[in-house]
Amino acid sequence: MSFERIKEKLNILADAAKYDVSCASSGSNRANTNKGLGDATGMGICHTYTEDGRCVSLLKILLTNHCIFDCAYCVTRKSNDIKRAAFKVQEVVDLTINFYRRNYIEGLFLSSGIFKNADYTMERLVLVAKKLRLEENFNGYIHLKSIPGASDELMREAGLYADRLSVNIEIPTREGLKKLAPDKKREDFIKPMKKVKNEIIQYKSEKKIIRSTPKYAPAGQSTQMIIGASGENDYQIMTASHFFYKKFNLKRVYYSGYVPISYDSRLPQIGTEVPMLRENRLYQTDWLMRFYGFHVHEIVNETHQHLELDIDPKLAWALRNIHEFPVDVNRADKRMLARVPGLGMTSVHKILQARKFRQLNWDHLKRIGVALNRAQYFLVCSSGIFERRDLEPATIKGLILQNSASKYRLATSNQLNLFG
Amino acid sequence: MQKVLIYDETFEGFLTAVFKVYEEKLKTVQIQKNRNVQSSFFGENEEIISDKVKAERVWSGLQKKLTPLGRNQIYYSFLSEISGIENTMLAYIQQVFSSVESIEKDYANPIVLQLSKIMRSVGREKHRMEAFVRFKLTKDEIYFANIEPDFNVLPLIAKHFKSRYADQKWVIYDIKRKYGLYYNLNHVEMIVMDFPNEFDFTKTSSDFFDEEELDFHELWQNYFKSTTIESRKNRLLHVRHVPKRYWKYLSEKQPL
Repeated sequence: MSFERIKEKLNILADAAKYDVSCASSGSNRANTNKGLGDATGMGICHTYTEDGRCVSLLKILLTNHCIFDCAYCVTRKSNDIKRAAFKVQEVVDLTINFYRRNYIEGLFLSSGIFKNADYTMERLVLVAKKLRLEENFNGYIHLKSIPGASDELMREAGLYADRLSVNIEIPTREGLKKLAPDKKREDFIKPMKKVKNEIIQYKSEKKIIRSTPKYAPAGQSTQMIIGASGENDYQIMTASHFFYKKFNLKRVYYSGYVPISYDSRLPQIGTEVPMLRENRLYQTDWLMRFYGFHVHEIVNETHQHLELDIDPKLAWALRNIHEFPVDVNRADKRMLARVPGLGMTSVHKILQARKFRQLNWDHLKRIGVALNRAQYFLVCSSGIFERRDLEPATIKGLILQNSASKYRLATSNQLNLFG
Repeated sequence: MQKVLIYDETFEGFLTAVFKVYEEKLKTVQIQKNRNVQSSFFGENEEIISDKVKAERVWSGLQKKLTPLGRNQIYYSFLSEISGIENTMLAYIQQVFSSVESIEKDYANPIVLQLSKIMRSVGREKHRMEAFVRFKLTKDEIYFANIEPDFNVLPLIAKHFKSRYADQKWVIYDIKRKYGLYYNLNHVEMIVMDFPNEFDFTKTSSDFFDEEELDFHELWQNYFKSTTIESRKNRLLHVRHVPKRYWKYLSEKQPL
């Protein structure tokens, strides 16, 4: 291996891949067979974290940053004047294996700019995965990008070697896409996604009959949307997200606050702040939808198109639906407990277990780890002392904000100043 | 009069001491490791000799009353090596045996809550070690890593590394506790090693390591840098996820 050359390529092609936020390495079930290398049965592992606090679980690189497309939001767009590079297939294989053996990573996340055409690119991505599996007997995690417009046949093959496949929608609405990525059609994203979904279903049902049926993308599919690049509101974003979860059985939708990388007048200018708080609120909404039993339109809808920045979306929902409270911690069902602000699912499960033994009071709840600052206004328990005043939602919000030290406090108070 | 049972720091020894408490119906009793024995004016020390049969009797009794969760609450707490934890563990075991129903999920019970919190901390460090171990290829073609965890997590991570690196020889060495795990392509065994005086655990000297080792180390550091998004830098978050006490042996953090 020529380390100098590889180093240069790695710098360019890792730098270009970093805007893809997915780094999940969980959800697969690929066990080590025949004393090979690697195992992807457990939960995901973040081997380290970047200085911006994101998990590093996979070697996340592009095969090349040459690209025939000119999407405004993308750093590798054709018209951008940057250094270009391309890995050889074998170089990616060697790098992955050597990083993996040193316990640096859980596996590979390989994406690519589109050179020549979709199939030519996809073919090379598949080849990397195939070599890793067949020549290196590698059982670690492989995430391949589905190249929009790739043929059904290649997508079928990709799923046989990869644990996860993903196509990034990037722009949540058709209009936004037209404006920022005129070369791309929404249908091109949808097509491989649909193919993979159908293959997953088919392989799963065949596996029930014939046990030796190979695995097909066992960790499923994901996608990503850029936040704050094309003017969509939270209602549009979450509705799109809900649609993709339902329609294509996605495992994850990622939200990526747009990092300005261009002076294109269609986009926020360089120096504009990355909307990290908004991104965080979207993830919280995503969690409420996937783990807390909320329907997306309970959180965002025609009348509430924007998530509040100063409070989390569950608290915002609770304040709008104050008639559902207070909830009795010793009697309420799981569904309702999960809706109480300040109760995470871990606390909910602990409460459900612990209350079988005795009636719970404030002291118990505090020690279990409930965030009482928020929860106290929405709960009763077996303590005589509880909030008896009939407080207005706005008052509750004020009291909670007064007593909380949110990591975003500074950010929100600055934003409020703009209008104040 | 209070009795103090002194055991040999093994889990078997601890369980043997528990057996003794039941056998002799001891009421006011403490269990201590033999290294922190304190002579007491009022207590009477008694040394416990590990006994496999007695230990197994206690453990199989616990197996009947507890699911793996409850057993781990005990075992993980033992591995925490927190001073005096043996007495909380004993109290827990006594409650397990005296209640009809399993107590392991009685989270409002202070003893259960305490052990379940310790289990979480130890579990967190187990997971961290699975993430933060960094192997370096030695001249003898063994992938070597050294760690210095807060808790004694080596016994918990053996299985993970064995099923993952089935085709390479590896050693993970706990410098603090002076023992390690060695996988010889067949099974994992416990080892004690002597290191030369000039061996520096934070360096990748070409006297001991493969000639390409530093190159990979450098590639990895480069990767780590290029994957950071400058405009999103958040040092507090970074340090929360990768606490500074682990930096010493993390190759992405070491000066080359």
